[in-house]
Amino acid sequence: MSLVSIQNVRKSFGEVEVLKGVSVEIARGAVVAIIGKSGSGKSTLLRCINGLETYDAGGISVDGIDVAAARADLRDLRRNVGMVFQQFNLFPHLTAAENVMLAPRVVNRESEIRAKELAREMLAKVGLADKAGNYPSQLSGGQQQRVAIARALAMRPNVLLCDEITSALDPELVNEVLRVIEALAKDGMTLILVTHEMRFARDVGTKLVFMHQGKVHEEGPPKQLFAGPTTPELVQFIGASLH
Amino acid sequence: MSDFSFWVILSNLLLATRWTIALSLVAFASGGLVGLALLFARVSRIGWLEWTTKAYVEFFQGTPLLMQLFLFFFGVALFGIEVSPWLAAWLALTFWTSAFLTEIWRGCVEAIPKGQWEAADTLAMSYMQQMWHVILPQAFRIAIPPTVGFSVQVVKGTALASIIGFVDLTKAGTMLNNATFRPFLVYSLVALIYFALCFPLSWFAHRLERTFNVAR
Ligand SMILES: Nc1ncnc2c1ncn2[C@@H]1O[C@H](COP(=O)(O)OP(=O)(O)O)[C@@H](O)[C@H]1O
Ligand SMILES: [Mg+2]
Repeated sequence: MSLVSIQNVRKSFGEVEVLKGVSVEIARGAVVAIIGKSGSGKSTLLRCINGLETYDAGGISVDGIDVAAARADLRDLRRNVGMVFQQFNLFPHLTAAENVMLAPRVVNRESEIRAKELAREMLAKVGLADKAGNYPSQLSGGQQQRVAIARALAMRPNVLLCDEITSALDPELVNEVLRVIEALAKDGMTLILVTHEMRFARDVGTKLVFMHQGKVHEEGPPKQLFAGPTTPELVQFIGASLH
Repeated sequence: MSDFSFWVILSNLLLATRWTIALSLVAFASGGLVGLALLFARVSRIGWLEWTTKAYVEFFQGTPLLMQLFLFFFGVALFGIEVSPWLAAWLALTFWTSAFLTEIWRGCVEAIPKGQWEAADTLAMSYMQQMWHVILPQAFRIAIPPTVGFSVQVVKGTALASIIGFVDLTKAGTMLNNATFRPFLVYSLVALIYFALCFPLSWFAHRLERTFNVAR
């Protein structure tokens, strides 16, 4: 059974239909890379999975929980679905460790001691054990994004959503973040990544989803799609991204 | 003779200034507490609560403070309840202050980027947890300069309480003028004392603003 099941989802902003019947099945442990041109609906699709956006038709379920049905209180769902954003969205008034500890403390009601341990463990996992006491403004973009990943992981999610998490970074900082994601993939974490990192999508992904004009235009094993894209749109997209 | 009356005028004005300061402090403190409660209502995402608070804010921002003082002073008397000038002034200034502070603070809450709410949302935090742990601590920082700045308005606002008979700095000035017939001297001194109260506050507000802008 799929961990995340997206069936024929439709979504409009006003008059504009942004998702025109999207279906994707995501197995436990899968690493799904969603690619496509800007405006093709990738972020919107991702944000529907944890209820940051509502959808108009179709269905999404995560670990058996129907997202639309959970609408009244999405907190149980969100405990299982972590998210990392392009702009990091760290809490600037809290240190790295406090950022990681906050949700375990107030949402899961962990003790201060347990939460501190958890923060140490998660920061170590993203290679930032020595930055626990730093505020976000004292960290590089790549470090901030790794703290954001640690913060999401501290809730022990079943699936992690990543929306272009390296797009705001200077090129030399991209790899340190991708390496963390790769390690998570090796650990068996289910990942859904909107990304422009084609090489990463091909090497680490277990499934590639190419979105075009609000639809899944092509999907399949990444290596296969990159080697032989069947639609002219994907041929063009891959060609354009390699330059 | 003229020297003597100068010192008499000044010392009487300074004595009355105590009441201006007391009323300002009390009104600002109670207005701040009411304002904080109203802030929660104003951004509660509960429709009727937000609308009621909005109407309250609009009323106290959209009518002269003097009318509000009259309403409390004469209006409550209509119900046979005796209201002292002190009580009426305190109540009116509390409501008036709370309305303005609620609005200032709402602006600060809304200035926090949407991404902060979304990050807290995705961490499964409840609305109140998001407010308390994520939004308010950040809003508080940016709220300090305009809040201190607004305290100047409260100090100046207390002058109106003299009209309903509260013996503050302004009222003392009027009484001294009636006794000495030296309006220019008396009101110059009154203005100077208000300035001495207000200028440090607005200077401090500007300094805070600069500090916080640099800190970002
Ligand atoms: N909150 C919104 N309100 C209105 N239109 C939106 C909103 N969010 C996204 N859109 C529009 O939906 C389309 C898809 O956006 P998005 O999902 O962000 O695409 P992508 O992530 O693939 O670049 C775009 O045309 C965008 O302008
Ligand atoms: Mg996007």
